[in-house]
This record gives sequence, structure tokens and C-alpha cells, in this order.
Amino acid sequence: MALKELRTELRKNIRGYGMYIALFVIFVIFTITTDGIFISSRNISNLMNQTGYIAVIAIGMTLIIVIRHIDLSVGFLSGFLGAIAAIAMTFWNLPVYVVIPMVLVLGFIAGLITAYPVAKLGIPAFVASLAGWLIYRGALLMATLKTGTIVIPNKAFNAIGNGYIPDIFASDKFLPKTHKLTLLLGLITIIWLILSSVKARKSKQSYNFEILPLDLFIGKQIFVSVLIGIVTWILAGYNGLSWTFAIVLLVVAIYNFVTKKTVIGRHIYAVGGNPEAAELSGVNVEKVTFIVFGSMGMLAGLAGILYASRLQSATTTAGTLLELDGIAAAFIGGVSVAGGVGSVVGSLLGAIVYTSLTSGMNLMGIDISSQYIVRGAVLLGAVIFDVAARKLGD
Amino acid sequence: MKSKKILEMKSITKTFPGVKALDNVTFSVTEGEIHCLVGENGAGKSTLMKVLSGVYPFGEYEGDILFSEEIQKFRGIRDSEKTGIAIIYQELALIPELTVYENIFLGHEIQKNGVLNWNETIKQAGEILIKVGLDINPETKVKELGVGKQQLIEIAKALSRDVKLLILDEPTAALNEDDCDNLLQLLKDLQSQGVTSIMITHKLKEVIRIADMVTVLRDGQTICTLNAGKGEVSENILIKNMVGREINNIYPSRKHEISNEIVLEVKNWTAHNKQYGHNILNNIALNVKKGEIIGIAGLMGAGRTEFARSLFGNPDHYVITGNLYIDGKEKLFKHPETAIEAGLAYVSEDRKKNGLILIQDIKQNITIANLNKIRKKIIIDDNAEIVTAEKYRNALSIKTPSIEQKLNKLSGGNQQKVSLAKWLFVNPEILILDEPTRGIDVGAKYEIYTIMNELVTQGMSIIMISSELPEILGMSDRVYVMSEGQITGEMPTNEATQEKIMHLATN
Ligand SMILES: Nc1ncnc2c1ncn2[C@@H]1O[C@H](COP(=O)(O)OP(=O)(O)OP(=O)(O)O)[C@@H](O)[C@H]1O
Ligand SMILES: [Mg+2]
Repeated sequence: MALKELRTELRKNIRGYGMYIALFVIFVIFTITTDGIFISSRNISNLMNQTGYIAVIAIGMTLIIVIRHIDLSVGFLSGFLGAIAAIAMTFWNLPVYVVIPMVLVLGFIAGLITAYPVAKLGIPAFVASLAGWLIYRGALLMATLKTGTIVIPNKAFNAIGNGYIPDIFASDKFLPKTHKLTLLLGLITIIWLILSSVKARKSKQSYNFEILPLDLFIGKQIFVSVLIGIVTWILAGYNGLSWTFAIVLLVVAIYNFVTKKTVIGRHIYAVGGNPEAAELSGVNVEKVTFIVFGSMGMLAGLAGILYASRLQSATTTAGTLLELDGIAAAFIGGVSVAGGVGSVVGSLLGAIVYTSLTSGMNLMGIDISSQYIVRGAVLLGAVIFDVAARKLGD
Repeated sequence: MKSKKILEMKSITKTFPGVKALDNVTFSVTEGEIHCLVGENGAGKSTLMKVLSGVYPFGEYEGDILFSEEIQKFRGIRDSEKTGIAIIYQELALIPELTVYENIFLGHEIQKNGVLNWNETIKQAGEILIKVGLDINPETKVKELGVGKQQLIEIAKALSRDVKLLILDEPTAALNEDDCDNLLQLLKDLQSQGVTSIMITHKLKEVIRIADMVTVLRDGQTICTLNAGKGEVSENILIKNMVGREINNIYPSRKHEISNEIVLEVKNWTAHNKQYGHNILNNIALNVKKGEIIGIAGLMGAGRTEFARSLFGNPDHYVITGNLYIDGKEKLFKHPETAIEAGLAYVSEDRKKNGLILIQDIKQNITIANLNKIRKKIIIDDNAEIVTAEKYRNALSIKTPSIEQKLNKLSGGNQQKVSLAKWLFVNPEILILDEPTRGIDVGAKYEIYTIMNELVTQGMSIIMISSELPEILGMSDRVYVMSEGQITGEMPTNEATQEKIMHLATN
């Protein structure tokens, strides 16, 4: 009986679970083909860091695509903003705590500027942001013209892309060589998730609303807990949670909350589902468009920071094609071209799938030309699966 | 004439997750007749026709389809079209950006050696247009035509193929009386040329006027097939079979308690369309009192919808001059958002295009215009949302397995109810209803009218735009008539007659 319910539940949410299954399969394949190197703490830790800036772009792009637009400008925008950060620290001697908010705000403003022709003049976002793509590319070249690559000397800034959260419980006796704070954070997350699901379930029960059968509910909690547990354990076995990944998780948590739980989140999906109906329902479509593009620009700033800090420098080519990587990750993560459908968590998983492919194939020594072909095939496969899954779910 | 069965559908069963839409349905049609298919919203009428036309292909349903006395196993619409079945869906399927002739011949273009022959196409399109009684240039773009004309173009499209069986799913729902007349007459003409038709409709008067046979569906089952020739078709018999009980008054009565307080007043209201350079609305003056239902009658294209939208935050960005007073205070709304805040609500006429978010579920659609009410601080309260949705599901008897059903899986009439529920939840002071009962069955209509009466008794005011004169006369306290962007008449309903209104609407 539980099996049957599991089947209908899986069928109903096949797209969501499909991502986890795909990720699992990819991990297993690479673990086998690389004799376990892929799943090593060190590699997973690196993988999460590489995912960082793509995931951040993919999350912003998800909302853009949900409201039926696209933003091609964000790759070079992030490169340009990374360069601004580098210049601000090396030449203007501004402290990190000023530079970072400044870059995020600049990104937000850049997003609003892209949004203006789209929201106010009805110019297709593809064209408006293509103009941005050219402009920011020029701006990046201009910013790095005199010096070429700008090396960033600031330790604190570089730690964002290369450092790990400190282990305040470091000890040689209890679990040496593992990062205790990371474990603790993982544990707290698991407990918090379980408690809040139980609370939501109880509340639904008190209204006599439909809920998952108990065995499935417990199964789901175990599945999620084990998953988080494993990732935490692997990360703790190397240097612990990196700053990059911590920031990405924070962004995911905030965006997930906003999109799922707040009025503005509902408005975003309503605009994506049917802009005219949304407008007549009192949703300010223009405002939503500005906010979504603004958030994208801000995240481009964040991606620029993550990237520059990881390379410890700003380069003339930073951010090249990053927008397309972000778009690909979002589509792998289940965003629909037609608008109105897509989730932040899905796009994070999409970004992880995307970088796992790179990482795994690098470890296997597959050359870059084949890598592109494989990534293309996976993108296509994901979208085909998406369409099929949606039909099945109907 | 020997009666030969052109179509027999035997023991058709079709299930969707959680819904048995058709349960062992039997349906047969004799060659040359006009056969009406009636039933409540969600009874399975559209689904039955989609099974017939191959939208749900062979294998996705149980049972047999015999067409021209042969078993058919359609894999898609193309297959059924080849055998001479043409279906016109509840939702129009024309491409607005294309011209009339392009739309008519879409999918079977006239070509010579792989090159399209536009001149021949235009000529033939012209001939077909005459057949359906449309006096327009075939080179007009479809988007420039009203719904009534678009509906006729759908038929022209069907006729451009060699059609034996024409299926129309609620073709008259969006039409006014004149256009309805044209369409029904057209069906009669086609009948005399040997075309068999199946028509789904909620307008029982039409059934009585046109049907040779009527089949009633209820909850996915065939209830009966009635023969008009034997005098088995009357409004009462139909209603009883459709709803399962008798309804004596179509329009519930209420105690009229209209105060003298004017809640909405419009003076010298003129709306200019910059794009086309002319006035859409001219010098409109109108007022609504607290607790009153006013009806706005008029023909398609009279500017009634445009007027409603110009009041409701002007999403079309017309240049507006004139004054709008809400509760005596002058207002100008730049966006529907502010109109809603000021106590207005507008149930749009075209639920698919700008009323609903079809890819979202019932509860999300019901709450979207009033999320603040189910918000705790900044978090949307899921439970409050479910409670709200369940409340309206019951109040309007929305037929669905769950309030988490996506709107695109609901029947047309049930979608309309959701659209209405959304605005009832806003609980406005002034409710503008644009064709509120379009596509709604008799039973549900009665429920909606009852709700309207309750609302005005509680002090709400309603502006009802309707193309159905009986509805205008049955529900409103006062009637305004519009024609070509102007108010051409105003009268208390007890002084109004259909003839008077029609006269004002056409002058
Ligand atoms: N794609 C679908 N998925 C799930 N359920 C569906 C789908 N299409 C229709 N249904 C359900 O099947 C039932 C019959 O729907 P159908 O559209 O045939 O009704 P109808 O008789 O045409 O009603 P109306 O008069 O409102 O148009 C309804 O309960 C509807 O919710
Ligand atoms: Mg229908």
C-alpha cells in the first residue's frame, strides 16, 4: 500500500525527485570511473566552490526566466563588477566591508537599468540585455585596460573564494581531522528541517487537510536527513564548509523563502503564469520586472565577487559566457521557457549537476571538446525529460 | 429519408487522475441532424468531444467509436479531420496575428508545386466567407475582429475542408443575440446542405430552437437522449435531466433596498486610443448607488469592456478625460492595484486571456488578488489559503477533486467560477462583472445570481455587463445601454424591454 502511495507521490513530483536521482546517478558514475577520487572530501569541497558563482547566476536567472525574460548581460556584468571590486581595493584602498556592499548595490542598479527598456518601453529582454552584454564587455576591457590582470592583495576578500569557516570547536581528541562546526551546522539544519516539517504537518492535520501518509512522511524526512548528513560529513572531512558554499546556501535559503512564502514571490510567479491576468489582479508587473532584474544584477555582483576572490584577481575575460552557464543550469534545474515554472532549489541542483560534469570529466582526463558535447547532451536530455515529466504529471 | 447513424460512441470511459470524466457513455448521432449535447459544468461534454476528435487518442480511453459505420482509432486530430470530422473548441484556436484567409486555410494551404497560391486562397476564402454570412475582407487580421466574427471564421475554417460532421463546443457563449441568430441560422443552412452538427451549449433556448435530438450528460454518464420531433424537448425537461431537480425561477428574487447614496459616479468620461487615434469612449455619464445592480447592455464592440477597464486602473493606457468619483471623492486610477485598494473589482470577460493563471492551482488563483488577507507578517499562511479556497469551492460548487488542481484541468464553467471566487474574496465595494455567467450551466447560474443578490443586500454595488438580455432584465435594478462608445439610454428595469434595449443598442 505504501508502495503505491510512494509511486503516486513520485509521479506527481517526478520532476523534483528526478533531479536528485540524476545527481545521484552522475555521482555514482564518476565515483566509479575515477576510482573514488570524485567522491573524496577534497574534490566535493572543490566542486561546491566551483558551483558557487554559477549557482548564484542560475538563481537570479531562474526568476528572470520565470517572468518570461532573459538576461544576457550578467556574465560580463559580473566580470566588470569583479574588476571594480579589485580596483576599489587595490587603487582606492577601500576596505572590504565597503567594497562588497558597494558592488552589490552597483549590480542592483545595473539590473534596474536593464529592466528599464524592458518594463517601460516593452523592448524584448533579449535585445536589451544583449546591448548590456556588449556594453559591459567593453566596460570590463576598459577597466582592465591599463593594468591587464589586477591582482587582489586583500586576504579577507580572497578568503571568500578560497577560505573555510573557522572551526571554533577544534580539538585533537574528539573526531580529529573533521571540522566540528560544519558537523554541528549540518546537525542543526537537519533538526530544524525535521521540526518545521512536523510542525507544518501538525498544523495541516488540525485543519483536516490532506497530508502525506505517515510512513511516506517519515521516509522523506530520513531521506533528506541522510542526504544532508552525507554532504556534511564529506565536507567536514576536508576543511569544512567553505565561505563560498556558505554564501550560496544563504542565498538559496533567502530566495527559496521569498519565492515560496511571500507576497512578492507569489507575484513573480503570477506574472510568469499570465502577465495580463496578474496585472488585472492588482499585481504591478512593472515593479515585479524591476525587482527581478535588480536582484539578478545584485547576484551578478555577488558572482563577480566570488569569481574574483577565487582567482584572487580580476581578469580581462572574467565572466565570459557565465550567463549561458547560468541559463543552462537553470534549465537543467527545471525552469520552463514558457514562464511561470521553476524553483530556486532546482536551479541550485542544476548548477551542481552542471559543474559535476566538468569536474568529473576533468578528473577522468576527458578533453575539453568532448566535455562541451556531453554538457550539451545533458542539457538537452534534461529539457526533454522535463517536457515528458510534465505530461506525465498532468 | 432513411436514418443512417453517422456516429456511434459505445461505452466510452475516460479517466484523469482523481476524476472519472466519462463513465460508460453512449452517444449516437444520425446523419443530417443537429444534435445538442447538454449538461452541467464538468459533466464531461468537452471531454467526450475531445475523445471523438482524437485529442485523447485511441488507447487513452475505453470503448468504441464508429464513424460512418466503421470503427475508428484516431491517433490525433489529423486522423479525425481526414475522415470529415471538424471540431471547434470552447476556446477559440485562431492565430490573431494572421489574416482571415491564412487562418481559414491553415494546415491545408492551397499550393502548386510547393509554392503557396495566395490569389486562389484569397478567392476561395472569400467564397467561404459568403457561405458563413460574413461580409469582411479576407485580408483582415483576425485580431481586429470581434469574438462573434471570429467564431464564424472558425466555422469557415471547418467548411474549407470537406466536413461531414461539425462539432461546436459552446459556440455562442461569447456571442450576443444577433450573432447567435446568425450562427444558428447558419447551422440550419448547413444542415440543408447535408452537414451533420453536434453542438454543446448552456443556452437552453437555443437547444429548443435548433435541436433535432438532445443528449444529456450528468457526472460523466448519459442520462437520456430526447427527440425534439416527439416533443420531448422543453426547458423544464432539460433542466430536470441536467441538474437532477427542478428549478422554477431562473432569476431568484430579492428585496430591493437601494439607498440613495451614490458610490460610483462617472462624468464626461472620454477615453482616447493614441495608437488608432480615435475615441473609444465618448462622454460617458453613469452612476451606481449603494446596494444596486446596474446592467450595461449593448452589442459586441459597443465599448462596454473598454469602459470597465478604463475605470479599473486603465491597463490599456488610454488617454482619459473626465471625472470619476468613488464615494463622492474624485479618483483617477493609474493601475488596477490602486483601483482594487479603492474598493473596485473587475471580473474579466475573457477568463483564459486575462482572468486566470491556468498553470497555477485553484487556491493560488483565488488568493492572488488579496494575498494581504492571508498573510501573517511577511509570510503567506498556507492554512489560511486552503481554508479560503475550500470556502469558495463549496460556496460556488466548483467541481474538482482538489483545490490543488491546476486550472487548465478544470472544465470551462468551473474555471469561470474560480475567476469569480477570486474577486469575491477581495470583497470589494463595487463589483464589475463582465459577462459573469458565460459558459455556466443553469444550476450554477442560479447560484451565482443568488450570491449576487446576497452581496447587494450586504451593501455591495454591482455593475454587470452582459450580452444576454434576459439576464440584464432578470438581475439588474437599472439598465444602461451602450452603443459605439456612448451611453444611448438609461432606464429602470421595470420600464425596460428587450425591444427597447435592442433599439438603443443599435442606434
Ligand atoms: N486534462 C484534464 N485533467 C484532469 N481532469 C480533467 C481534464 N480535463 C477535464 N477534466 C475533468 O473532467 C471533467 C469533465 O470536464 P469537461 O471539460 O468535459 O466538462 P464540460 O461538460 O465540458 O463542462 P463545461 O460546461 O464547464 O465546459 C471535469 O470534472 C474536469 O475537471
Ligand atoms: Mg466544456
